Order: sequence, then C-alpha cells, then structure tokens
Amino acid sequence: MRAVITVIGKDMVGILAAVSGICAEVGVNVTEVSQSIMQDLFAMIMLVDLSGSTIPFLELGSRLDKYGEESGLSVRVMHEDLFNSMHRI
Amino acid sequence: MLNTKDILETIRMIREEHLDIRTITMGISLLDCSRPDIKAACDAVYDKICRCAEDLVRTGEDIEREYGIPIINKRVSVTPIAMIEAACQTGDPVRFAHALDRAAHTVGVNFIGGYSALVHKGFAPGDYALIKSIPQALAETERVCSSVNIGSTKTGINMDAVGMMGHIIRESAELTADRDSFGAAKLVVFCNAPEDNPFMAGAFHGAGEPDCVINVGVSGPGVVRAAIAQAPEDADITQIADIIKRTAFKITRMGQLVAQETSRRLCIPFGIVDLSLAPTPAVGDSVAHILEEMGLECCGAHGTTACLAMLNDAVKKGGAMASSHVGGLSGAFIPVSEDAGMIDAARCGSLSLQKLEAMTAVCSVGLDMIAVPGDTPAEVLSGIIADEAAIGMVNSKTTAVRLIPAIGKNAGDELEFGGLFGSAPIMEVNRYSPARFINRGGRIPAPIQSLKN
Repeated sequence: MRAVITVIGKDMVGILAAVSGICAEVGVNVTEVSQSIMQDLFAMIMLVDLSGSTIPFLELGSRLDKYGEESGLSVRVMHEDLFNSMHRI
Repeated sequence: MLNTKDILETIRMIREEHLDIRTITMGISLLDCSRPDIKAACDAVYDKICRCAEDLVRTGEDIEREYGIPIINKRVSVTPIAMIEAACQTGDPVRFAHALDRAAHTVGVNFIGGYSALVHKGFAPGDYALIKSIPQALAETERVCSSVNIGSTKTGINMDAVGMMGHIIRESAELTADRDSFGAAKLVVFCNAPEDNPFMAGAFHGAGEPDCVINVGVSGPGVVRAAIAQAPEDADITQIADIIKRTAFKITRMGQLVAQETSRRLCIPFGIVDLSLAPTPAVGDSVAHILEEMGLECCGAHGTTACLAMLNDAVKKGGAMASSHVGGLSGAFIPVSEDAGMIDAARCGSLSLQKLEAMTAVCSVGLDMIAVPGDTPAEVLSGIIADEAAIGMVNSKTTAVRLIPAIGKNAGDELEFGGLFGSAPIMEVNRYSPARFINRGGRIPAPIQSLKN
C-alpha cells in the first residue's frame, strides 16, 4: 500500500529530515518528494511505500500528527487511493 | 507520480472548503423481526440492528483516519416499522421507537431512520397506529427519525393521510415545545419517497432492498462555491455548469471510494452513492452561497429557480459518471435552518415560502427545515404538504415536507436547534384556510404521464 504525506505550514529548517526520519524509523520507504508554495505556505508532498512498515497505518498517522503539533505544521498521511479516485478516470 | 496540484487541491477542499462524506448509512431489513408479541418483536429488532451495525462506527472512523476524509455521520435506516408492527396483535408502537433508540445508542450512531409508514394508496394494518404514535415516539426518543410517504406518481396522493399529517406535525411540535419544537424536525412527509436514501430524517430501508446494505451520502457545497469563485468574472453559464460537473465528479468519486471500502471491510453489499449537495450551518458550506456566487445578489431573488435547476442538473451529470450506482435523493438540498445563506436570505426577507416551493420543483427534496408560526392550523400544514406532494407527483420526483411549527412563537422570531440543524427564522404562511379541501379526504388520482405540457 502506498500513501501520500503532506506537510503544510511555515517553512523551517529540518522538515524533510524530520518527516523522513519518522518514516525511516518504522521501515516506511519514501519514493518521491516534491515541494511547492501554496498561498504563501510551504507545502511538501511525499509519496511513501508502506509495504515494509513495522507499525500499523494509523500509528504512523499519530506519530506524524505529534510531530505536526510540536512544530506548528499540518501533517497528514492519506491513502493514495483517495487521490487516484478523485483525479484519475 | 500523482500531480502535486491535484493533491493540494484535495487537501484544500477538505481543509478549507468543508469537503466531507456526510453520512455512511447502513440499511437493515427488519422483515425477519415480525412477531405476534410486541416485546419479542422489539427484542428481535434491537438484536438485529446491534448485530448488523456492531462495527459500523468503528469502521467509519478507521476509514476517516486512513483516507483523511471527514465522515460526519454514521447512521442506520431500517424497514418501515409499520410493516413490522402490523404483525403484532396488541401493544403500543412507541415500544419499537424505544427499541430503535436503544439500538442507536448501543451501536453509537447519531440517528436511526425508519419509524415510518408508506400510505400513498391507503392504510394497511399497522400504518394507522404507527402514524398516530409518531409525536409521542419523537418526543420520548432522542435519535429516532420518522417519515411517512403520502403520495407517488403512480398512485396519486392519499389526502386522508395528508390531512392526518398536518395534525401529526403540529402534535410533534407541541409535545417538544420546551425543546424548540424539535420533534417536528425529525419527521418528514414524502411524495415518491426513495427506498435507499441515506440522509436523515427521511431515511428508511425499503421493502425491495437487500437484507443489509451500505449507502453513502456525499456533500460539498463549499467546494462547488469555491470552484465557481475561481472562474473568470466573465465566464458564461455554460462554463459555470461545466465547472460544477467537474467538481461534482471529484466529490462523488470520493463517496464511491468510501462506500466501496466500507462495504468491503464490513462484508456488506454496496448500495448507492447519493449525489447530494447537503449544506451545514457552517460558514462556507451553503447551497445558497453557490447560487449567489452564480450572480444573484441574494438567494430568493428572481433567477434563483433557474440557477438552482442548473446546479441540480450539473451535480447529477458530474456525479452520475463518478459512481457505479447512484440513488437516494441525489440533488441539491435546500434546508433553510441548515444553510447559513438560506438563513440570511430568510431573515432579510428575500426568501419566502412561496419561492422555496418553486425551488423544490427543480431540486432534490422539498420544503425542508422550515419554521412556521406556532399558531399555524393543522389544515394549513396539510395544504402545504398537498401542494408539495403535487409538485412531486406531477414531476415524477421526490418531494418532502419537514415543517416545524414553532409553538409559542411568531413570524420574525427564531428557533435555535444548534449543531447540524442550525437555526430557523420563522417564516410567514398564507393564512387563508384550505380546511374544506383538506377535510374532503379521499385520493387525488394518479396523473397522466403523457400529453406533457
């Protein structure tokens, strides 16, 4: 299963490192990363592969939530199928 | 890789434009719960609902977290209780309402629909007693919703039932006068009621439905409004219709995904996706604001019916392609108290009951969540029901009436329900009496379906 991690908020040092660190700790492989600016906000999008993950999906979500809360960022992890179904026929 | 723009668009829709799945509704057949003894029947009803819907709320919450989509309500609809109650030799039908309410609390759903009777052609055993018990059932329970189908295109309109429902609505309001007449907000009178509608208060599980089924209602007025707002200032109405179609497609695909996933996890067949624009009182989640974004100064202005007709049609065109099975009410809802833009339009006098009636001829549902003065006679309520049912009958569409007589209050006052039900400015009604017409009873014959003019 693949998922999309999005980080939206004020740009700061170490976001990429922190989020990919959380992924690496639990065997989640980052396959693609892109960054852009959305309405003056920093937006980072990561496509991750969860097939080697050592924790359940929801647990990864709460770890990322925790990081988001601590650093004032909106961090979400969402199943890839949502985007595929909404934007591809 | 997925397009960054698409991903950010989805996130924006959810974060800022209130995109959500409005409801996952599990339809449960209670036909196998009929018993001659009412207590045994109520126990069977309770047990079956608890067995079927045991994992509904947890599964909904899991999907919500995994996919990052808010799923606002998890609900249950059941076979019209009048059909089950018909088998009972004695007993008070309200006992079924209590059984439903207890089951709703046990499985954790916020509403359960199906305290209902289908009397569009006449009263069968069980129907009369059930309808009579509706006010008490709604006053004594918290989560039970009730509906009565009093007409259809194929059968015409049962005017005896129309006459009766005026009194039932009034009584439901009177028994809950201390709670802003909230009882009446849980009661819908239908013409052409759909059997697979996932939305409350009118949801019930039709007799032609499978044993258990998952129906999903999508929403997203805020997303549609935002999409129109981004169109060029000089965009013509064809372009606006295209924007609505594209947006409705995306919203519905999300609904389809959630419906399929819920169905797979619960091992219960997927029924339908209801393509609806269901507003909430939250700012930015209003159908009225979509109409205003199209170019009306205020909802209710001349031109409103045309804009709504186009909106409703475009939502269906976009949504129909996105889902394998479409059903329920499917269209734009215009509940006054649940829509911030409608509330404002009613307050400022732009939106009247007459205009709302015209609007119901071109959109889903009908006169929904409208507060009327507390002293409105039952015959006037019946007259409103008859008018609305006639629109549905002749146009082969669903229409419904959910009126709230605001006991002790007058036009200009407001009812405050809170939450998703919002607040309702009390609207003036025409005071001339239809009593003689209503008291005639009988049936309005089914309309001819050709020679259309």
